[in-house]
Amino acid sequence: MNALAGTGQLLKLGLRRSRIMLAAWVYALVAYAASTAYGFKSLYDSAESLRNFTSGINGNGATVAMYGRILVPDSIGGITAWRLAALGGVMVGVMSVLLVVRHTRGDEEAGRLELVGAGVVGRRAPLTAGLLVGVVANLALALVTAVALIACGLPAAGSVAVGLAWTIPGLFFTAVAGVTAQLAETAQAARGIALAVVGVAFLLRAVGDAARVSWLVWISPIGWSQRVRAFGGERWWLIALGVVVAVAAVAVAYALVERRDLGAGLLPVRPGPAEAAPSLRSPLALAWRLQRGALLAWLAGFAVYGAAIGAILKGIGDLVKDSSGTRDLLAKLGGQRGLEDSYIGTVMGILGLIAAVYAVIAVLRLRTEETAQRLEPLLATRVRRVRWSAGHLLFAAAGPAVLLGVAGAAAGVAHGLRTHDLGTQVPRMFEAAIVQTPAAWVTAAIALLIFGVVPRFTPAAWGVLAVFLLLGQMGPVLKLSQAVMDVSPFTHVPKLPGADLTVTPLAALTAVAVAVAAAGLVGFRRRDIG
Amino acid sequence: MIDAISVSGLVKTFGRTRALDGLDLTVRSGEVHGFLGPNGAGKSTTIRVLLGLLRADAGTARLLDGDPWRDVTALHRRLAYVPGDVVLWPNLTGGEVIDLLGRLRGGHDPKRKAELLERFELDPKKKGRAYSKGNRQKVALVAAFASDVELLILDEPTSGLDPLMEEVFQRCVEEERERGRTVLLSSHILSEVEALCDRVSIIRKGRTVETGTLADLRHLTRTSITAELVSPPDGLTTLPGVHDPDVQGTRVKLEVDTDKLDEVLKHLTRAGVRTLTSTPPTLEELFLRHYEDEAPAGMAR
Repeated sequence: MNALAGTGQLLKLGLRRSRIMLAAWVYALVAYAASTAYGFKSLYDSAESLRNFTSGINGNGATVAMYGRILVPDSIGGITAWRLAALGGVMVGVMSVLLVVRHTRGDEEAGRLELVGAGVVGRRAPLTAGLLVGVVANLALALVTAVALIACGLPAAGSVAVGLAWTIPGLFFTAVAGVTAQLAETAQAARGIALAVVGVAFLLRAVGDAARVSWLVWISPIGWSQRVRAFGGERWWLIALGVVVAVAAVAVAYALVERRDLGAGLLPVRPGPAEAAPSLRSPLALAWRLQRGALLAWLAGFAVYGAAIGAILKGIGDLVKDSSGTRDLLAKLGGQRGLEDSYIGTVMGILGLIAAVYAVIAVLRLRTEETAQRLEPLLATRVRRVRWSAGHLLFAAAGPAVLLGVAGAAAGVAHGLRTHDLGTQVPRMFEAAIVQTPAAWVTAAIALLIFGVVPRFTPAAWGVLAVFLLLGQMGPVLKLSQAVMDVSPFTHVPKLPGADLTVTPLAALTAVAVAVAAAGLVGFRRRDIG
Repeated sequence: MIDAISVSGLVKTFGRTRALDGLDLTVRSGEVHGFLGPNGAGKSTTIRVLLGLLRADAGTARLLDGDPWRDVTALHRRLAYVPGDVVLWPNLTGGEVIDLLGRLRGGHDPKRKAELLERFELDPKKKGRAYSKGNRQKVALVAAFASDVELLILDEPTSGLDPLMEEVFQRCVEEERERGRTVLLSSHILSEVEALCDRVSIIRKGRTVETGTLADLRHLTRTSITAELVSPPDGLTTLPGVHDPDVQGTRVKLEVDTDKLDEVLKHLTRAGVRTLTSTPPTLEELFLRHYEDEAPAGMAR
C-alpha cells in the first residue's frame, strides 16, 4: 500500500478539527504584528526619536536579551521586524508544536488514529497530515502578516520578509514536533519535549545576543528569523535555508515512524510505584499529585517574568535620560519615579490577569475530572463533593497568591540588586504584585459558580476573563464610563506602588469571591454529576 | 432480612429524555442480582441514583437502609463500585489508584489486594495511560474486591476482559457471595448472568419488565425440540403451547412453552421416538423476546 494513502483526507479532517484554534492563533499573531507596527508608527514619527529609541534599546542588556539587537535602526519597519522576531518566533513555535502534536501523537494516544488506521491510510499518512497542518498554519500566518503590515503602510518587500521570517522557527518546530511525536508515547510528553526545544532556542539567542556571542544566535532558528534583516537588505537565502533544515528534521521523523508500532513511542515509559505513598490518602493529596507539575511550571514562569520586569526597570530610566523631548513629558507625569510607578502598576496588572488565568485553569480542572468520568469512582467512596472540590480549589485560592508573591519578590530582588536597594525594592514590588490576588480570586469564583450551577457552560469562564481583560485594556481607549469599568474586579485593585495601599477594595473583592464561590459550591452539592 | 436495595417507581428525566420511567428494583441481602437491559435502558442511570450522583425526580430509592442522596458518607463506607468505563489518571500507576480508592473508602486488606493482583495478572506499576481497557477494568475490580464492604455495585465490569479473566471474575463474585455479600451486577453478557446470578431484573426503556429467579423466568421461555419419530405425529401442531411446528414426515421441529413440555413429550412418545434433541431455554432467548420489537431500531444504528 502507498505509505501516503489517505493523507489528503486526514489533512482535511485535521484542518476542520483545528479550524478555530488555527484561526485564533493566526488572528492573535497578526494582531500582535499589526499593533506593533501601528504603535511604533505613532510613537516615533521623527528620525531623531527613532535614533534615540534604537540607541536606548541596543544599550540595554535586559532588552537585548529579551528582543535582541535592533539590526535595521533607521525605519519603522526595521524596529517592527526587530520587535516581532524573538517573542513572535517563540509564539509561532508554540503554535506549531501544539498543532502538530495534537494531530499526530494526540490522536494516536486517544485511539482515534487506530480507528482511522484501519481504513485506507498509509503508514506515513498521519504524520504527513499532521505536519501539513503545521505548514498550512505557518504559510497562512506569513501571508496574512505580510498583508497586514503592508496595510499599515510598511514597504511590501520587508513586510513579506517579516511574514516569512516567522516561518523559519515555525517550520522548524513543526518538524521538531513531528520528531518528538514519534519519540514520546504520550501527547503530553511530546509537547513537553518540543516546547523545551523552543525554550532552548530562545535562550541560546537571548544569551548570544546579550553576551555578543554570535554563534549561539546562529544555532537558534529564532536567531535566524531576526537576522533576515527585513526592511534593510533582506537575506532571503536564510528563509530558504530554514526550509532546508526543516525538511531534514522531517526526514528524521519519517525514519522514526518506520521504526515503531502504532501507539508505541521510542522513549521507554518508566514504570511507577506499585503502591501509593502513605500520604496519598485524601482528595487534597490527589489534587496535589494532579496539579503540582503545572503549578511548579507556572511558578518558574512567574519568577522569570518577575525577574525580567525588575531587570528592565532601571533601563527605563536610562532610556529617558537620553531623550530630551520625552524628559519634559515625563516631568509632567511625575518624573522618573512616576514613570517607574506607572510601568510597575501596568505590568503587575497584566500579571494579575495571568494569575487569574492560572486560577481559572485550576477551577476548570473540576469540570475536566467530572467529564472524564474520573470523579464518579471517587464520589462512590466516602468522599463528599465539597471535600473533593476543596482539594482543587485550594490551588485556585493559594496559587494566584503564591505566583504573584514570587513574581513580585523576583522583580524586587532583580531591581534591588541593580539599584543596591533590596530593602526598599523587595517589599515595594511584592506589595504591587500581591494586591492583584483578590481580583484573580473573584474571576476563579465566577468560574466555580458557572461550574456549580450550569456545568455545561463551564468554558464560559474564559469569556468572563476575556471581558475583564478587554475592559482593562480597551476601557481607557474607548473612554468607557466608570460604571462599566467597575464590572471588572481588576479595576478596583489599587495601582501600587504609585497609589496608596487601601484595604477596603481588597477586602470587598475577597468577600465577593468568597460569597460567589460559596454559591457555586451550594449549586454543585445539589446538582447531578456527569 | 432487609433488602440491600429497594427502588420503586424511580423517575429521572434529562431534558426531554425520560431515562427512568417508574423503575422498580429489589436486591435482597446476600444475593447476586443480575441487572439486564440493552444499551440506554437506564442501568447506569439507576446505579448513579443509587450512588447519590444523580437526584431522582420521583419514586423512592433505599440503599442499605439509607437514603442514597442524603446519607452518602455512611453508605459509601459500606459499598464498592466499579464503573463500566474505567478512566484512570494518566500519571498515577494502577497500584496507586487501587490504594487511593481503598483508603478513601475506609481501608482495604493489603494481603487480599496482593492476591487479587496475582489472580487478575495485573501489573500495578504501569501508569494509568498505559493500560488497555481490560486492564483499567481490572484496576477498578481489584480495588472493589479488596475492600471489606457489604455491597458491590458492578456496572458492566467485564466488557473488556478476555475469557480467562472473565472466569477469574466469576470466581471472585462467587467468593463474595459465599462471604454473604450482596452484588448488583449490571451486564449484557447473558452467560455471565446465568452463571452467577440468583435473581435477575430485566429493564427496558427505564422500566422493569421482568424480575425473578432464573427458574421463575425460564417458565416464561420456550424449549426447542428436534425429534425423529417412528410414525408421523398426530395432532401435534394443535397442542396448546406449541409454536412454529415444522413437521416433515417423521421429522419434527418445534418450540414449546416450558410449562407445557410434559404433555408435548408424552404426545411424541406415543408416536415412538428414535432421536431427540432438546435445547433448554436460555436467558438470551428471553432477552431477545423482550427486545424483539426494538431490533430494527438497533440494526439501523
